[in-house]
Amino acid sequence: MDIAKLTIPEIREGLLARRFSAVELTTEALRFAKEENPKTNAYLHFSEERALAAARRVDEKLARDEDPGPLAGVPVAVKDVIVTKGVRTTCASRLLENYIPPYDATAVARLEQADGVIIGKTNCDEFAMGSSNENSAFGPVRNPVAPDRVPGGSSGGSAAVVAQGTAVVSLGSDTGGSIRQPASFCGVVGVTPTYGRVSRYGLTAFASSLDHIGPFSKTVYDSALLLRVIAGRDPMDSTSAEAPVPDYTAVLDQDVRGMKIGLPKEYFKGLSSEIGDRINAGIEILSKLGCKLQEISLPTTDYAIACYYIICTAEASSNLARYDGVRYTRRSPDSQTLQDMYRNTRGEGFGAECKRRIMLGTYVLSSGYYDAYYLKAQRVRTLIARDFANAFTEVDAIVTPVSPFPAFRLGEKVNDPLQMYLSDIYTITGDLAGIPCMSVPCGKTAEGLPVGMQILTRHFDEAGMFRLASAFERAGGFAG
Amino acid sequence: MKITENEVRYIAGLANLNLTDEEIHRFRADLDEILTHIDKLNELDLTGVEPMAQVLYEAEETATLREDKEVQPLGEALALENAPLSGAGYFKVPKVIER
Repeated sequence: MDIAKLTIPEIREGLLARRFSAVELTTEALRFAKEENPKTNAYLHFSEERALAAARRVDEKLARDEDPGPLAGVPVAVKDVIVTKGVRTTCASRLLENYIPPYDATAVARLEQADGVIIGKTNCDEFAMGSSNENSAFGPVRNPVAPDRVPGGSSGGSAAVVAQGTAVVSLGSDTGGSIRQPASFCGVVGVTPTYGRVSRYGLTAFASSLDHIGPFSKTVYDSALLLRVIAGRDPMDSTSAEAPVPDYTAVLDQDVRGMKIGLPKEYFKGLSSEIGDRINAGIEILSKLGCKLQEISLPTTDYAIACYYIICTAEASSNLARYDGVRYTRRSPDSQTLQDMYRNTRGEGFGAECKRRIMLGTYVLSSGYYDAYYLKAQRVRTLIARDFANAFTEVDAIVTPVSPFPAFRLGEKVNDPLQMYLSDIYTITGDLAGIPCMSVPCGKTAEGLPVGMQILTRHFDEAGMFRLASAFERAGGFAG
Repeated sequence: MKITENEVRYIAGLANLNLTDEEIHRFRADLDEILTHIDKLNELDLTGVEPMAQVLYEAEETATLREDKEVQPLGEALALENAPLSGAGYFKVPKVIER
């Protein structure tokens, strides 16, 4: 078995045919991941004990001839902003360097109920704030495809481990593109489901009205299966949706002939020509599959970045107020007063990007500015959501690039925060509207850098999105 | 100029963030640039547009209240496990009241 290339169905087949046991597979996956990790720094820590315990449960079920869960024996990596009981969860921050959560995130618990094996926690931008994974307190992640380049962010580690084959699938989080952009940079599938589709319970809050948990995988099938496992109503998250969770894997082989696809003109200007060429080649494939293509307009697109950086920073400044030296492990020593303790702990603990966003968020929420910034941004957000709602009266899906450019070099953009923010233009809108969206591999540039194509559909139509992605994957030959 | 260093110091105080002079200087420039970009929103006519108060307001049924059912709480010991300083079942902080 080639551990780096395994998919979920291959693992299931191997376990049921008794070609390997879950413990053997887990041991080998951990060995391989540890050996490869110095190349990318994608894992922050491994959860060996917990992984082997989960694997033993699978082997016991198999020994009793019981049908194991849908993720039986599958090595999974989890972004280190998602809490794991008894397994250190740092959010890639000095502040939480030694934080051991007392409970599991719902997505984590559901993974294990489905017999998945969590082998480790992945590196990311601090508190999921960034587009390059260079904001981690524990060093950047290198792109496994091109080690002098970033893997994207903020879920850079979760994308890198799947691209590298050191996990079969992984969980990331997306607030403004943090799953799709690294998926596109690393050449893997990355999915941001509808807002509320997956419980946020146990996802460290960054911007609560925008935060999503979603899967990474090599194939569309594996993401569809993983999403089905983690999705669904959770009483612990009042924004989690009641809507039933269909079996996404059952629709993947369906025909996409006649499917109406919108190409928003605002997303095709300002592309690097190579990205444009790859995406246009991808669109050509969709056309050959019998999809009906039409140009559409999402007129508020140009205002999305401004809108997003008001809302996400406002929510972040409020959510991150809890890291004050009282409850979460780190406290600045030698502070004489309570207020000094707050200020010193936060000043020493947060990295530059977190501070920048806390400052901007505090500013836009400060007395006298609420109407001019936050309230205005919420109105613009309504317009952005309306753009999509209007478009979906005419089309079934929207196809765009994920990023204006492929993976850039480490250090290339760190000194210009606004330029870094602007690079999220194609992914931010889907989060603001709360619709499902994903990145599916769409070939490579001449230099060999992966390009991702984005598919967006109506609220709760993950099935339509997966169906199109799967047909594209088969026709384009980009799987695995 | 959208924001002065004094305003940055004031905001840092509101956010309970201890910043160095160098950080104040840097964030003034960064915030200035970002706030200038944000001014773009003034180009839009937002008359009659409701602010989005809930993400899936116009979508299918979603959030409901959970069942009113007793659940086992986390418990004092676990809740305090990550505290930098605790004692007698409480989080301990520097003295706030002089006796």
